[in-house]
Amino acid sequence: MDQQRETSTFGMWLFLLTEIMFFGGLFCAYLVYRATYYQAFVEGSQAMNIWLGATNTAVLICSSLTMALGVRCAQTDNRKLMVVLLIATMLFGLAFLGIKAIEYHEHWTNHQFPGPNFSFPQAEAAGVNPQNVQIYFSLYWAMTGLHALHMVIGVGLVLWITIAAARGMYSADYYAPVENVGLYWHFVDLVWIYLFPLLYLISKKHGG
Amino acid sequence: MATAVQTAERQTYLNNGYSLKSWLLTKDHKRIAILYLISITGMFFVGGFFAMLIRLELLTPAGDLVSSDTYNKLFSMHGIAMVFFFLIPSVPAVLGNFVIPLMVGAKDLAFPRINLLSWYLYMFGALFALVSMISGGVDTGWTFYTPFSTTYSNTHVVGTALGVFIAGFSSIFTGLNFIVTIHRMRAPGLTWTRLPLFCWSNYAASIIMVLGTPVIAITILLVALERLLHIGVFNPALGGDPLLFQHLFWFYSHPAVYIMILPGMGVISEVVTCFSRKRVFGYEFVALASIAIAVLGFLVWAHHMFVAGISVYAALVFSLLSYLVAIPSAVKVFNWTATLFKGSIRYDTPMLYAFGFIGLFTIGGLTGVFLASLGVDVHVTDTYFVVAHFHYVMVGGMVLAYLAGLHFWWPKMTGKLYPEGWAKLSALLVFVGFNLTFFPQFILGYMGMPRRYHAYPPEFQVLNVLSTAGASVLAVGYVLPMIYFMWSLRYGEDAGPNPWNAVGLEWMTPSPPPTHNFDETPVVTWEAYDYEHPPQEVLVGH
Amino acid sequence: MVLTGVTVFASFIELHNWNIVVALTIATIKGTLVVLFFMHLFYSSKLTKVTVITAIFFLFLLLALSMTDYLTRSWLTNPMH
Repeated sequence: MDQQRETSTFGMWLFLLTEIMFFGGLFCAYLVYRATYYQAFVEGSQAMNIWLGATNTAVLICSSLTMALGVRCAQTDNRKLMVVLLIATMLFGLAFLGIKAIEYHEHWTNHQFPGPNFSFPQAEAAGVNPQNVQIYFSLYWAMTGLHALHMVIGVGLVLWITIAAARGMYSADYYAPVENVGLYWHFVDLVWIYLFPLLYLISKKHGG
Repeated sequence: MATAVQTAERQTYLNNGYSLKSWLLTKDHKRIAILYLISITGMFFVGGFFAMLIRLELLTPAGDLVSSDTYNKLFSMHGIAMVFFFLIPSVPAVLGNFVIPLMVGAKDLAFPRINLLSWYLYMFGALFALVSMISGGVDTGWTFYTPFSTTYSNTHVVGTALGVFIAGFSSIFTGLNFIVTIHRMRAPGLTWTRLPLFCWSNYAASIIMVLGTPVIAITILLVALERLLHIGVFNPALGGDPLLFQHLFWFYSHPAVYIMILPGMGVISEVVTCFSRKRVFGYEFVALASIAIAVLGFLVWAHHMFVAGISVYAALVFSLLSYLVAIPSAVKVFNWTATLFKGSIRYDTPMLYAFGFIGLFTIGGLTGVFLASLGVDVHVTDTYFVVAHFHYVMVGGMVLAYLAGLHFWWPKMTGKLYPEGWAKLSALLVFVGFNLTFFPQFILGYMGMPRRYHAYPPEFQVLNVLSTAGASVLAVGYVLPMIYFMWSLRYGEDAGPNPWNAVGLEWMTPSPPPTHNFDETPVVTWEAYDYEHPPQEVLVGH
Repeated sequence: MVLTGVTVFASFIELHNWNIVVALTIATIKGTLVVLFFMHLFYSSKLTKVTVITAIFFLFLLLALSMTDYLTRSWLTNPMH
């Protein structure tokens, strides 16, 4: 069983490797455009709510903690606590998505979604081409959107193993799915740990 | 399918359930390989159909068969069907899926259900692409360059792109499966240095699949997002850089060509040793060369962009790196040739294809080195010289290797022998037809005929006619195997477990193998390709 | 664990200058901790560690080699943008 668990974990790590490269393409685009249009990125990021973003970062780190502890419970056959921790993880995940939804709503109503309805009046005042700011927002929506999609999938996966755990399907001998979902969850957290400073914390020269 | 044996019918993977459900819900890697065989053959003929129309159009200098818009669609769909839906899956998904678990002495791949999922993803992707093709096609070229694909094209870009996106995940999961299988499921005694080179090559290709495919996946997703939601990172009107698309696209698509060729090279390693009855010369070098190709292949992508507008300093770097990647390929060619020296050579069909491969891949590879040179590239880029180059490596190389592998392992997969005479004739037709089709294109390109144009100056006509004639011969060479392979299923002679007297675990189980591959887990005590002292123990199931 | 997360995260709020290097460094430290301890990489087999290092290396390749183009375009005499 141990060999099987190691094998399936190896498979999950390989899958996460593909996810690194998947998000990596977006990070590459981000790198290129930030280098080219730095001022536009500064302006665009002013529209981000740092407090919401920071809260979300904390939420995700906490969810990673509960997830890791949950895996530990699976390893030590502590079923009740494991289910509690997994439910906590899910709640944190949903909280993240809720906060994100609030942010998205605000950006949307402020016409900060790229396309024909895009408008960013602050751009002219700062002497920056608003079209370039649109690129910042394109990357913002694409990167956080993809991340949010992975979060939704993650919540679904945690729900699945919570139900299975409640039914007593995991034990100290067989907990590979819990561990692997945990790996996935931590990875999604990791992506956000990078997204937050890159999108939200570019510069606050103009004082918030 | 099952042969009439004196006693009770032996259980094989083929007669283990005849219902459609037992095939469509199978977890057996061998059945999945057959499913792939049928699907990619279908896509091959789709791509071939478009090729036929292209060559027909190019019989005359004027653009008289189809309009230029239609012609754009033809070469785009030819490329997409052939690259994404035939070449990339071909050897790994068909031959690799079937043979690798047998070669490592395992019952199946590491994740059989993911293997089945891979096939369904492939079918799903192919369906998307086919529907897009039938409802009007796409005209961006298989390369989907922006801003044409994102902003200006009026064709079914999103549908086709999504098809490719989905099929990409099929590729990723296959690669993932192979890596885990080769690492963790080898039989006792099968150390890395005893592993057949086919496994090494597929391992290297799988690394590329896993690392590179996600990048094109995100790139295609961005193209789709830009078309659908105007999230425009490639749109120059917003300050976006179309070249960024090309960087991201080629970051995968160059290593992709190594995904295509490495498994083919693996087949050639197997065939050359078997039909010279000798160990591969320099086994370690060939194995390491596979890994080197995989790694170096990731460092050269911008050689597709030399004239696109990248900085000349970057071009210098990529040109130098591109020269380097030729070295491990050359090492392999030298080693195969050295294997032939003092070998006891048999000219069975797989070996004929292997000979063809070595010669044609060398020509294709060398012309690649010409293209790596910045000066030459400026002259011949976007001409038929490039078209000829990649067809030499992809068709003269890869397709010949695929055919070699199919012929080599057909007896194992089906338990039947194909008719040798017809097979040799087909090999000859393929070789002659191929060269007649594509050699003139080198000349055409050098003389300046541009690619992706449906009309050309009249002085190029003779060579184009030769090329189309060659294509017709090539087509016959492709259709014949379809016929005689099907014929062999019913009328072919029974192959035994080891019709070629080859050394390798896959030959030590009956043909066709039982569902669980080996009755007992084999223990490997011999070196790879030990034709001097072939293992006497034949673990044949009962 | 929680302390680490919270403390490091708190330092973000004070980050009011354009120093992306600091931001990314902190992110990398946090990330490394997540990977090593939450994801048990510290306790995993060598194979897994090699896999992760490979992933990071290839991502680095993508970013670095692409930048050879973008960073050197302005070296040419005619300005591209």
